[in-house]
Amino acid sequence: MSDQKPVLEVKNLSVALPQGGDRLHAVEKVSFTVKPGEIVCLVGESGSGKSVIAFTIMGLLAKALKPVSGEILLQGENVLAANEARLRELRCTRMSMIFQEPMTALNPVMTCGEQIDEVLRTHTKLDTTQRKTKIIGILTRVKLPEPERIYASFPHQLSGGQRQRIMIAMALVLDPVLLIADEPTTALDVTTQAEILKLVAELQEGQGTGVLFITHDFGVVAEIAHRVAVLRWGELVEMGPTEQILSRPQQPYTRMLISSVPSIHPAHRGVRLEKETVLRTEKLGKTYAGKSFFQKARVVKAAVDVDLDIRRGETLGIVGESGSGKSTVARCIARLIDPTEGKVFLGKTEIATISPSKLRPHRRKVQIVFQDPYRSLNPRITVGDSIIEGPMNFGLKRGEALARARKLMETVQLDPNALDRYPHQFSGGQRQRICIARALAMEPELLIADEAVSALDVSVQKQVLGLLDEIRQRLNLAVLFITHDLRVAAQICDFVAVMSQGRVVEYGAAEQVFGAPKHDYTKSLFAAAPGRDWEFGKFATA
Amino acid sequence: MIDFIARRLVAIIPVLAVVAVFVFLMLRLTPGDPAAVIAGDNATSEQIDLIRAKLGLDLPIWQQFFIWISDILRGNFGESFFFKKTVTELIAQRLEPTLALSICTLIVAVTTAVPLGVIAAYRHGSLLDRVVMGFSVMGFSLPTFVIGYCLIYIFAIDLGWLPVQGYTRIGADFGGFIEHMILPSITLGIIYVALIARITRASVLEVLNEDYIRTARAKGLSNRVVLMRHALRNAAVPILTVIGIGIALLIGGAVVTETVYGLPGLGRLTVEAVLSRDFPTIQAVILMFSVVYVVINLLIDISYTLFDPRIRY
Repeated sequence: MSDQKPVLEVKNLSVALPQGGDRLHAVEKVSFTVKPGEIVCLVGESGSGKSVIAFTIMGLLAKALKPVSGEILLQGENVLAANEARLRELRCTRMSMIFQEPMTALNPVMTCGEQIDEVLRTHTKLDTTQRKTKIIGILTRVKLPEPERIYASFPHQLSGGQRQRIMIAMALVLDPVLLIADEPTTALDVTTQAEILKLVAELQEGQGTGVLFITHDFGVVAEIAHRVAVLRWGELVEMGPTEQILSRPQQPYTRMLISSVPSIHPAHRGVRLEKETVLRTEKLGKTYAGKSFFQKARVVKAAVDVDLDIRRGETLGIVGESGSGKSTVARCIARLIDPTEGKVFLGKTEIATISPSKLRPHRRKVQIVFQDPYRSLNPRITVGDSIIEGPMNFGLKRGEALARARKLMETVQLDPNALDRYPHQFSGGQRQRICIARALAMEPELLIADEAVSALDVSVQKQVLGLLDEIRQRLNLAVLFITHDLRVAAQICDFVAVMSQGRVVEYGAAEQVFGAPKHDYTKSLFAAAPGRDWEFGKFATA
Repeated sequence: MIDFIARRLVAIIPVLAVVAVFVFLMLRLTPGDPAAVIAGDNATSEQIDLIRAKLGLDLPIWQQFFIWISDILRGNFGESFFFKKTVTELIAQRLEPTLALSICTLIVAVTTAVPLGVIAAYRHGSLLDRVVMGFSVMGFSLPTFVIGYCLIYIFAIDLGWLPVQGYTRIGADFGGFIEHMILPSITLGIIYVALIARITRASVLEVLNEDYIRTARAKGLSNRVVLMRHALRNAAVPILTVIGIGIALLIGGAVVTETVYGLPGLGRLTVEAVLSRDFPTIQAVILMFSVVYVVINLLIDISYTLFDPRIRY
């Protein structure tokens, strides 16, 4: 492998940011190579410039960004010097790209077959039957069941994993020498992610394709990469073989990053002391039923017979893949949606069925922190007003509410003087702290964190997780933590409920569920976790 | 789908009921007596009373209403007070010019506006974009009759290329029909060009930021294919919605245009009927318009499924 001529050589590449940005270059003097049959991972946190590099290679950069120096050689040809027509010729024939969101990356109004067919019609002179044969062939190669049916299906009729397979089929149908994969598994469930990673590795090995794989997830890196390049603020921090980077990183930044990856082995947490129950659900269920005149009504059971209980000072985690019903349960508990069956006891009060007017005083006791800190704060209201709105709604005077807000800003380790700023003036991690402060301002008994750290970079995630745990201890709060990330669950939960298809399939102490899973589904979930065999070193971050 | 269409068609009934009551009451509550209009300026009050009794206007309002409604349920829309014809005949006579004007306007508007909008979106921020958008602001602001008379002055009087006014039946002389339709459809169409171009630009612009557009580019497709095959079809739903609303509004806009160009259509019939308090005609025309609105909306909703396979009823 090492003596072959590289398929991709990036030499001294710099890409300028528009004026007025927080730095001059999105990418600065980055050089690396990808050899045939090799998978090179570009790793970095958001803003590290990893996607910019990918789009520069494809010639798909937004107009505001300009490559200012260096060259990108694709089999020796400088693509930075190629004109638009030549770039179009190269795309999909010699270099292809797959994207993060299979849900939105395919055109929703065209069948999958047509979309792959377009590639062949644009780049080859094959006739209709030859094209069809070739497409069915590639659909079979990416292991899609019933290729004929898939050919005629629209993207929305397929699952996320199947759509990503369509993208891969489209990218590889003309056997390019370079495949760029931009976080291709980030939006997928772990079991699907494992399958897609396996598929990419198999296909590239078979064809000797060079792969530039972009990810923020060290689990994925451990799983797939031959070599790793670590990026920060547009600069290449460190590059080397996977084993070397993961176990013997040289640079402090790499050490910090790898140390931040949560371990999949649960931290030892105290055993349950018989304490006050804050929340208990009894056979909680939510059924969605469509109504129809003539046809049979569609019934979706989003949650079935969910029994949970959380004591004061405990964190209960609900883990599961998308569509498992974990968010439905959280929303039923907060009565953001009305459960259709079962009971929810908040302390001694049953809240699943009481009327909205009687529910109101109890609303204060359950607060939620949502997944996306960029969208869960109103952009036109100062963060101070966002924090005090709830308490004032429950009768606190403005002055008192503001005093409480200032104290809470300290609790979440932000500057109390920043209360009059707007959300866009804060980073993602800071915004999530504000969301936590907003929830705490109501002095809740139960804090629900719905994928509250999933949108954050791993180093920020570590800090927010630490903060949540500290607050739980200090205020003796009950926390319901919803996540799809097993590593995160292992680190923060005392108890874990594993959900699949609306049901709790396994429920117990975190150590027991992670250490000796009983249910087959739980086992398959752990088996799919990327990098599970790799214990990410906790390096001293000097 | 059939389920959906059936439900929507059934929903027409309450709409019509409300419209019927409303139109009936509004007409009775507005000042002006059809009998007095018919009798003329020199009529005695006995003559007026006589006419009123003949038309049934001396009965209590609720009785008038039930007579009218039960007639309609039997398919009889009554007889016009003035034109001495049944309302059904009257409408049938006037339908063709209005229908022709509406369809021609629609063709003019859609075939100009959609390409303009797409180009403006693709070149957004450019001079071309600003020209198109500037034109569309002008299209909104200029009253129909101003545009109408300007066009007549330039193309009919000054250049003499097209007839000033009038209408030729499509069956009688197709060339003449087209000649008579050009100026009216442009006049009436300008505001729709403005409206549809704006919406097309906005929704194409939004679609151009979608991930699948990036995918299409990554496949090596040309800009034209990306725009026409990938962007436009995905932008279709809001454009169709506006076209649908546009069709509904056309009928109102037709009133002025028909007057300017002397077309004997429904728009003018409505104006004449209102001015002379011809209750049966006004009621029938408005009922007909409301059926047309509901049906057009239904057709638009169904047409969504042609463009977007995710929409199913």
